Amino acid sequence: MRIDRVLAGVLAAMLPCFAQAQQDTQKEIERYRQLLQDGNPAELYEARGEELWKTPRGPKNTSLERCDLGLGPGVVKGAYVRLPRYFADTERVQDAESRLVTCMVALQGFTLEEAKRNPFSGTGVPMITTDPFSGVGQRSVMTDLVAWIASQSRGMTIAPSVSHPKERLAYQAGEKLFYYRAGPYDFGCVTCHGEEGKRIRLQNLPKMTNAKDAQRAFGTWPGYRVSEGELRSMQWRMWECFRQMRFPELEFASDASIALITYLAKKAEGGTFDAPAIKR
Amino acid sequence: MADPMRIRASMTGDKVEVKVLMAHEMETGLRKDASGNAIPAHFIRNVTVTHGGKTVLSAQWGTSVSRNPFLHFRFNGGKPGEKVRITWLDNKGEKRTDEAIIVVPQT
Repeated sequence: MRIDRVLAGVLAAMLPCFAQAQQDTQKEIERYRQLLQDGNPAELYEARGEELWKTPRGPKNTSLERCDLGLGPGVVKGAYVRLPRYFADTERVQDAESRLVTCMVALQGFTLEEAKRNPFSGTGVPMITTDPFSGVGQRSVMTDLVAWIASQSRGMTIAPSVSHPKERLAYQAGEKLFYYRAGPYDFGCVTCHGEEGKRIRLQNLPKMTNAKDAQRAFGTWPGYRVSEGELRSMQWRMWECFRQMRFPELEFASDASIALITYLAKKAEGGTFDAPAIKR
Repeated sequence: MADPMRIRASMTGDKVEVKVLMAHEMETGLRKDASGNAIPAHFIRNVTVTHGGKTVLSAQWGTSVSRNPFLHFRFNGGKPGEKVRITWLDNKGEKRTDEAIIVVPQT
């Protein structure tokens, strides 16, 4: 019931085997995740997101039920695993979150600025108070919506579309960004995610060019972060990685963020989508 | 108004297994916001579970319980189709009650 206690229990169980291989630690982390999966608070976000989808909001007092996520207006089931993709109306490749921004503007009459405001849910965790989008205890409409939309693709196969020239362009841009090293640490995504066996403390880092790792990583975002008590989206994951690399801030729903997500989605193609998941 | 709880109540053998997920901030009162001001404490104080008018679980909670708490317990005497009623009360006097019907798990 108490998450810290569960963790303490798992840690205690881990103590005797510290001498053993890293694999044992990994197994225990897996067990910890499984213990938590049963009571994943992501469910609460999903429920709120579904409600928000159906609730008339904005200057036009309309719901998002006519929003086209790529499979036709109002089709949510299976939409997330086929994103990012090219949308003819905006002439852009869009992921779930940037597409929701489009719908909030087009259907509900929000300004672009309003639709993009507070994309990530709030938290009091000091580590990310530099996040301009969050405030303590502040909920994010975007996060709730994305949780629900993602949950409607659970168990499906990740199948992003990379056939349109703009989709290919986004993929190539994403690949370039993935390998691009810069900043005060001369860091890039590839520094942590380009080799096998890398980790931050006890967290194994996925090698994104390896299909199995990429499938697992991509297939478990959005995820509820126990340590932050918040649900985090794919856009947040990119944003946070940029911050950790000491890169300039990655603008929410920007072409750069979508390009990276397109690249990762393609790397994860064929994997089973299992999000919103729960993470340490 | 607080968000609804997610309650699952199902028979396991002759016992009723209940899993509850509550949406609550569970602020300890010890954290500070970005400008350094303390965030006021806001946490669930009492949880009561009743079944057929009888209390089957009563708990006193504090600030050490995590955000969005998950509660899992079993009790005797319940039957499929009957209701389980759960109420929490927090330190600000806010309250939330939700019900769930006991089901037979599908295998």
